[in-house]
Amino acid sequence: MQPALEWQVGEVTRVRTETPRTKTLTLALPKWMAHRPGQHYDVSLTAPDGYRTERSYSAASEPERAGEVDLTVERIDDGEVSPYLDDVLMPGDQLEVRGPIGGYFVWDVSLGGPLLLIGGGSGVVPLMAMLRHRAAQKAPIPARLLYSSRSAQEVIYRTEFERLADGDGELEVVFTFTRHAPPGWTGYQRRIDPAMLDEVMQSLGNGVRSYVCGPTLLVEAVSNALVAMGLPAGRVRTERFGPTGT
Amino acid sequence: MISRGFFGRRRPAEVENRLPPGQYLVTDFPVLSAGPTPHTPLDRWSFTLEGLVGSPVSWSWDSFLKLPSQAFTVDISCVTKWTKLGTKWLGVSVDTLLQSVHVDGTARYVMAFSDGGYTTNVPLAEMVNGQAFIAYQFDDKPLAAVHGGPARLVVPHLYFWKSAKWVRGLRFIDHDEPGFWESLGYNMHGDPWKEERYSGD
Ligand SMILES: Cc1cc2nc3c(=O)[nH]c(=O)nc-3n(C[C@H](O)[C@H](O)[C@H](O)COP(=O)(O)OP(=O)(O)OC[C@H]3O[C@@H](n4cnc5c(N)ncnc54)[C@H](O)[C@@H]3O)c2cc1C
Repeated sequence: MQPALEWQVGEVTRVRTETPRTKTLTLALPKWMAHRPGQHYDVSLTAPDGYRTERSYSAASEPERAGEVDLTVERIDDGEVSPYLDDVLMPGDQLEVRGPIGGYFVWDVSLGGPLLLIGGGSGVVPLMAMLRHRAAQKAPIPARLLYSSRSAQEVIYRTEFERLADGDGELEVVFTFTRHAPPGWTGYQRRIDPAMLDEVMQSLGNGVRSYVCGPTLLVEAVSNALVAMGLPAGRVRTERFGPTGT
Repeated sequence: MISRGFFGRRRPAEVENRLPPGQYLVTDFPVLSAGPTPHTPLDRWSFTLEGLVGSPVSWSWDSFLKLPSQAFTVDISCVTKWTKLGTKWLGVSVDTLLQSVHVDGTARYVMAFSDGGYTTNVPLAEMVNGQAFIAYQFDDKPLAAVHGGPARLVVPHLYFWKSAKWVRGLRFIDHDEPGFWESLGYNMHGDPWKEERYSGD
């Protein structure tokens, strides 16, 4: 049996605004352990009368950054926890967490590639941890990120994606906008479909490992399409963290 | 530790008392699975009891539907933190299935196995006496594939990953073995009221 994953009190050391609805919190952790990209932390909040609730948030940072972890939280307006994390927490505040957790939706350079990452909305967070890790390791593993957002304003980590892809011949980041594309946009402007997957995957060759994360409808559509395109089910790993939409 | 500035969303006491520690209430039906949703045609579907049994037994879809079924309404809790109250199912109790086999006295655990290779372990004592079902209807409708249809195991007193989706049979074994999530750091038992989420909890 593994030792219990203990709760620890992290300190918020930085809060960065990513988009109008999304912030990244940096937590310094006294009992930090290296995560595998794709893993998450559980966050526990306790009210003055002892009422407690928990949620999960993916590690956004690469495990090479020792001692701290970034969590990127999208604010769900009627949510119990995400508005607290985004709007109430400030540098200097404490936050109770435990992790890293999860052993299937994980990728590190030892698994190799080619790597196909498909994200919708905040589903891009664990995929970013994979790309940051890949960059930190300077691993020339072919990788594609296909990232679906409602609009350009909602794209998380946009400038960092551009920087990562710039000067890395093996990485391509492809956006699709499902509601509003920016003026002059010539790229994809629709939900992810088999034709789009086919185009993005074309140059990746055989043996692709894919990781799909986002709202349930996106994950269902994309993972079914990838299997129909011939990827073995064991190479299509999924994580769903939006509402069901049904 | 009290979280500065956190008060939480309050529910009536009769709801709050039904939420295991750390869980929150949902009214929709979230989906959790590690990979793509399998789609097995019903004419190729079967359900098998095997392992430490006198002789294994299998049902086709049609013969499974002819088994005496039971409606049941239960609260379910997912390790990803949501709890859904009063979910309505129709299915066959594991007690009913066990009338068709002789289970060896050495059997102590059950490994449920599913399309797509998913497995999960449950103590035999927690599968009997009305504690576990193979369900094929949810909310008076055929169980949707994303939620585990055509049929899934439902063991409502354990975290919902124990309620194997797309279940195709039960293997009776004499010792405990980790299934899919259990070998990836999740708890061997998974009681939400004891918050047995991860290995070592
Ligand atoms: C393994 C895992 C990893 C996760 N990683 C992240 C992450 O990195 N970043 C992140 O922002 N979230 C992540 N989530 C989701 C997160 O755990 C919470 O579910 C989310 O922040 C909403 O919590 P809340 O308390 O604000 O809303 P709740 O009070 O729980 O829900 C309020 C309402 O919003 C709906 N809702 C819940 N989630 C969403 C959503 N994503 N979009 C739209 N509506 C929603 C609910 O159905 C409900 O009706 C992850 C979830 C899991 C299971």
